[in-house]
Amino acid sequence: MTGTNTAINLSVFGIFVLLTLYIVYRASTRNVSASDYYAAGSSFTGTQNGIALSGDFLSAASFLGISGAIAVNGYDGFLYSIGWVVAWLIGLMLIAERLRNTGRYTMGDVMAFRMRQRPVRAAAANATLVISLFYMIAQMAGAGGLMALLLDVHSTVGQAIIIAVVGIVMVLYVLVGGMKGTTWVQIIKAILLILSVSLLTIFLIGKFGFDMSAMLDRATQKSPLGEAVLSPGVKYGASDLSKIDFLSLALALVLGTASLPHVLMRFYTVPNAKEARRSVVWATWMMVIFYSCTLVIGFGAMALVGTDKITGAPGGENSAAPLLAFQIGGTVLLGIVCAVAFATILAVVAGLTLTASASFAHDVYANVIKHGEANPRDEVRVARITAVCVGVLAIVGGIAANGQNIAFLVALAFALAASANLPTLLYSLFWKRFNTRGTLWSIYGGLTSCVLLIVFSPAISGSKSSMFPDADFSYFPLSNPGIVSIPLSFLAGFLGTILSKEPADPAKQSEMEVRGLTGIGSGLR
Amino acid sequence: MTKALPSVSRPASPGFATFDDPRHSLLVDGDGEPDFGAIQTSEDFLALKRRVTRFILPATLLFLAWYVTFVLLSAYAADFMSTPLFGTVNVGLTMGFLQFVTTIIITMAYARYSKKRLDPQVEKVRALAETDEELA
Repeated sequence: MTGTNTAINLSVFGIFVLLTLYIVYRASTRNVSASDYYAAGSSFTGTQNGIALSGDFLSAASFLGISGAIAVNGYDGFLYSIGWVVAWLIGLMLIAERLRNTGRYTMGDVMAFRMRQRPVRAAAANATLVISLFYMIAQMAGAGGLMALLLDVHSTVGQAIIIAVVGIVMVLYVLVGGMKGTTWVQIIKAILLILSVSLLTIFLIGKFGFDMSAMLDRATQKSPLGEAVLSPGVKYGASDLSKIDFLSLALALVLGTASLPHVLMRFYTVPNAKEARRSVVWATWMMVIFYSCTLVIGFGAMALVGTDKITGAPGGENSAAPLLAFQIGGTVLLGIVCAVAFATILAVVAGLTLTASASFAHDVYANVIKHGEANPRDEVRVARITAVCVGVLAIVGGIAANGQNIAFLVALAFALAASANLPTLLYSLFWKRFNTRGTLWSIYGGLTSCVLLIVFSPAISGSKSSMFPDADFSYFPLSNPGIVSIPLSFLAGFLGTILSKEPADPAKQSEMEVRGLTGIGSGLR
Repeated sequence: MTKALPSVSRPASPGFATFDDPRHSLLVDGDGEPDFGAIQTSEDFLALKRRVTRFILPATLLFLAWYVTFVLLSAYAADFMSTPLFGTVNVGLTMGFLQFVTTIIITMAYARYSKKRLDPQVEKVRALAETDEELA
């Protein structure tokens, strides 16, 4: 790529950063209360929050990763998108409204509602921090890889500097804007992203005379796999084991989405349950549009650029969408697509940083350390300090993980969320007898089993594509742990509950059920 | 003022709050807090719960079953999934796209059902604890 190219990329991206920083600055209020910092004073509408939700959720792994996976693996890449869309039904029907009615700022609010506060909040915060860090490191590593392609930065030091810049800008968003600023960044980014993929899609489909079949036909001619690329099994069909691995991934995708802490926290930025419901409806529409477009973009890239050229490019699979943009729109379109992708990474990590810092300040500092009697000003100060620490950790982690497979790291974050959070949330909302010990067992059971299975999986050691190819301690045969760790967490929650001598608090259970469905007692209208 | 026993059939006038509408059976305890135990067992709340369950239980089972079917077919019935339907578009791609369509249908159906059947019932239950909301 040429120098003018880099200049266009940098300037489009620079304009985005300056514009959003200005908006974040304008949106921020001087004397922030805890509610402002964590939940934007619950002042957003369902529509705004729905767009921001899709902004939070559509990471670079979704945009570059999915279109790339489709361009290379065809059908098997498409499976990711389906899981991520269908998953929103769980958020819509089971979680969103109840979460809005029972909690205030964090996931821990809901999990600890009718349990002993300190241990449960500490557990919820641990889960939030682990999941958010995993997710964030994946995004930061992605930023490094993306830069290799976009700005022609190939040296490790150069990429490390870029990762650090991403980290600093994201911490700035969070410190200056809190939740309100971060939400506006998500909204702007989501609109840019959806607009650009829609335009690309319309253009591509038009190029093939609005005939999907003709486009797929051309794609199969350009793929070394031929017709097989349209059928299942290219990536996961090799053996029985890889099929189970695929089922495990599918399970984590559909159950993990609605239990990601940064997605859950978004539901607190709206004033009531009706608006929370409306947010999910909006987010679902955005997802369906987006993932339908990535399908066309993926196969379009296969047809116009060709699989070999994509896998051979710096950045590999992830370069499908940018290469396609270059092919059809030259350097300008490439610059725009790259800037949008970069903005995506930036916005998603900002959302994650905010969630992690809120969880530490609200659950650990205010409730575990200060026994729920912290001064709100101190709480916000602690949250800001945490945001800086989390930013530093993410920069270091991102530099260390630079070059790892992004989609894989993201899938692990989903498996972790589905294991640690979903069983706990569902039990706590729908099972009367569920108690403190059950909560702790399901959070820690899911979290530790998932982490251990990852450590002993072939993704970490034992094969050529692992993180440590020279060592071999891969005692667990699957790369995706969900199929084991999710049922295990449900089981642990069940056993913990029935083995505990301390019964559930019936008064608190009544309060939670009534409040969850109606909002009575929450002060929300 | 002693704390009232949580019971649905409490006398309509709690005695201290004379500005209350006496026709309401106010499920509010002596401290002006909503009496959650009483609300939970009230007819209106149980009706709300039944309505919620009637939608989300079948809908959740349905979409999960449909998704799992799709995933299992992709993994174990690759030949069936690669049968061409329209030109080069095969059964698998069509079914995948239909997952998007059903997601949208269920989402919109739930939004509509909530608006028509759930929200009015929520309002009814909230009316039981009205004083609390006004005092707050």
